[in-house]
Amino acid sequence: MYEHDVIVVGAGGAGLRAAIAAHEAGADTALVTKLHPVRSHTGAAEGGINAALQEGDDWELHAYDTMKGSDYLGDAPAVETLAQDSPEDTMRLEHWGMPFSREEDGRVSQRPFGGLSYPRTTYAGAETGHHLLHVMYEQVVKRGIQVYDEWYVMNLATTDEPDPNDRTCHGVVAYDVQSGQIEGFKANDGVILATGGPGQAFDHTTNAVSCTGDGHAIAYRAGVPLEDMEFIQFHPTSLPSTGVLISEGVRGEGGILYNEKGERFMFEYGYANNDGELASRDVVSRAELTEVNEGRGVNDEYVYLDMRHLGEERILDRLENILHLAEDFEGVDGLVEPMPVKPGQHYAMGGIETDENGQTNIDGLYAAGECACVSVHGGNRLGGNALPELIVFGKRAGRHAAGEDLGDAQIETGYGEDVEVETDADLPVTPGEVGIEPADDGVAADGGVTADAEGLLERTVERERERVDRLMDKDDGIQHAEIRQKLQKAMTDYVNVFRTEEGIKKALKVIRECREEYQHVYVDDPSRTFNTDLQQTYETRNLIDVAETIALGALVRNEFRGAHWRKERQERDDENWLKHTLISWNGGKPDIFYRPVILEGEEKTYEPKVRSY
Amino acid sequence: MSTQQQEPETQEAPQDPEMKGAESPVDERERESGVVDQTSADDADLEGETVHLKVFRYDPEVEAKQEPRFDDFHVPFTKGMTVLDAVMYARDEYDSSLTFRHSCRQAVCGSDAFFVNGKQRLGCKTQISELEQPVRIEPLPHQEVVKDLVVDMEHFYDQMHAVEPYFQNEDTPDASALEEQRQSRENREKIKMSTRCIWCASCVSSCNIAAGDNQYLGPAAINKAYRFAMDDREPEEVKEHRLRIIEQEHGVWRCQTQFSCTEVCPKDIPLTEHIQALKREAVKKNLKFW
Repeated sequence: MYEHDVIVVGAGGAGLRAAIAAHEAGADTALVTKLHPVRSHTGAAEGGINAALQEGDDWELHAYDTMKGSDYLGDAPAVETLAQDSPEDTMRLEHWGMPFSREEDGRVSQRPFGGLSYPRTTYAGAETGHHLLHVMYEQVVKRGIQVYDEWYVMNLATTDEPDPNDRTCHGVVAYDVQSGQIEGFKANDGVILATGGPGQAFDHTTNAVSCTGDGHAIAYRAGVPLEDMEFIQFHPTSLPSTGVLISEGVRGEGGILYNEKGERFMFEYGYANNDGELASRDVVSRAELTEVNEGRGVNDEYVYLDMRHLGEERILDRLENILHLAEDFEGVDGLVEPMPVKPGQHYAMGGIETDENGQTNIDGLYAAGECACVSVHGGNRLGGNALPELIVFGKRAGRHAAGEDLGDAQIETGYGEDVEVETDADLPVTPGEVGIEPADDGVAADGGVTADAEGLLERTVERERERVDRLMDKDDGIQHAEIRQKLQKAMTDYVNVFRTEEGIKKALKVIRECREEYQHVYVDDPSRTFNTDLQQTYETRNLIDVAETIALGALVRNEFRGAHWRKERQERDDENWLKHTLISWNGGKPDIFYRPVILEGEEKTYEPKVRSY
Repeated sequence: MSTQQQEPETQEAPQDPEMKGAESPVDERERESGVVDQTSADDADLEGETVHLKVFRYDPEVEAKQEPRFDDFHVPFTKGMTVLDAVMYARDEYDSSLTFRHSCRQAVCGSDAFFVNGKQRLGCKTQISELEQPVRIEPLPHQEVVKDLVVDMEHFYDQMHAVEPYFQNEDTPDASALEEQRQSRENREKIKMSTRCIWCASCVSSCNIAAGDNQYLGPAAINKAYRFAMDDREPEEVKEHRLRIIEQEHGVWRCQTQFSCTEVCPKDIPLTEHIQALKREAVKKNLKFW
């Protein structure tokens, strides 16, 4: 058994930042990650980091833009924390050597981004995430922080009190992908989940193959609610054949969207008369699909993004990476022809419910980054707001887990007196685990309050060993890839940009079928050495649980807000829906409840307004 | 446990046809059309055909795979198919034990460098249509093979860490005052290419010197040193410290400018040029002391 004060799961932007912060606060810190840190998907982020750095800009403007962008589903204390902390945390990256793009006077450059009232997106070419990831890994190396890379975290070790709010997390169980060895990792002070997004629940996604919602699923099954899962961002400019992302930076620099008739549809059809291409991402994605649905798409599938008029010099200076991506993955030369683009799954606004210190309702369990929902993005994330979230809330979670006092959080977590329970959801099938095994959910079977941490970890390790043996001992059945493909297709067909009650119900039925099929899943590869078959079989189970929460949230939220559009009710319903959707595993019988959004900031209240761009 | 993969013994073990899709209808069509022998073609020519892959297999734990061999896979071609798409298809449809690292699918995570038709390439960035068939896919040469296409990266990481790969300036401005270190556009441009490294290890795998001298820092680590040594934001004494590291016995002077690293780099980093630049800097520094 390994033992550290703070265990960080995942080593992308949020995980690395959390580890650095916990280490600086004096904790013995380790990163446990299924990928070597530099392989993490933060590296694929292109656009930049929103930070109010310049005179004339102000954190309050950043907070206002973010609240508006969230369609008033962001919690003001979290949004204001993001806007306040981002400038200093962004500057710290510069002090760590981040190669930001520069102005003539040597200062860091900033550019306009969708939904921003000031050009505050700080960037390093069109490869900002790559640099952010490498710079932070460099700092981890500098500090000698221990990294267990290619260790896949299978479960949490959590006590089993009946009320999840009373539970404590004492560590994780992971297996060494290279050797197949399964071990416990005891965390004396806290476990921080920083496992990234669940994009692999969809089949056309900008997300990496590793983005399988592992942290979401293990926290969910241990008793942490998943929040606002229905809010999935579909990025308006992904390449049609692969889903590879073309940065919003292209539009930020002046790139133009055309339909098949050569019309600049964002203006000509009135989708966004003021901001045009630089409207918020949800607005642009719906506009593109509407063009396609109304017969003005190219090949009935996509639209064009044109940057030729920016000129070779500017493109090479600020968007060079885009040229490579368009050439390598779509065979298009962005200097001489427009690039085909369509909406692709890109980001999950929702996630593991936390407060502004990264804490969940389970003692000792934290989450930060895309896997978490603080919530700063609410119904829709603005471009350039994901990277500051990683560094701001990664840092806060790391510090808090290491014992620093960050003050009392204003955001509540877990089931409590302030929630409203959903009682009449019209579900087509029973959600939750089929054939659930006793204590399958990372909580102690027989420990409870009296469990000592080590005994709890040992039992959790034993359970995962048994699970692996079962999966590997079976000689036939269904393979994970078949189930995963079915799940991804259903989510893309029915829980996409445009959603209907009927479609979402179909998706829930397919998810149920996937659960049933998963009862017969088996691992064909008999080897303990680098068994990716086994790892992906675990990941597929996580995807099923996460996909179900996305579909459940989408079904119950009968309104149109941010990225969530419903055919039956195509307007925002502030009277009934200024609240977060929370889904709790509840021992395999998921229940749904709601918590009011916090619109009261430090000094002002963000009154919901009509959101136009 | 592992085998040093120089020239793997090619053992063309006959495969269970069902497992490898050899009896699929698509494959029948492919065999009749004789596409297997075709050389490079563009997408249109391959539409509706299958692609013939020969993939290196090895697993120290599984009896049938302890002796390295090549397996044949025939996968249906789709427009824009990359080498990574092809091996993923083979794994998901034919043999779930086929093992390789991959993640982002867009040439930024650096996980999927393979030896494809005799050259180090990123699987995700290499179009199948540009390759001669059968497409031969092997793990990176000169690295220990863990299993199939997975190599042990520990030595690579050790070499990267040996050059103190982190920014060093104890005297940065006050972050809370939001003050940055100034850097000229020219200086940023000078280090730009070097900062694009994705740690895929293609360069090291292609390097003859690294193959013969295990302690040689290698092109990736030296490029990392260049990235910092040329960054004007670091003080002069740090630069001198960096030059001392890279001019040691197994440092820059080992490079014989064969340019193989530069040729295979998927991010077009002029690695040889950067190594040469550091040699010049080291000479300049040493002249100062005389």
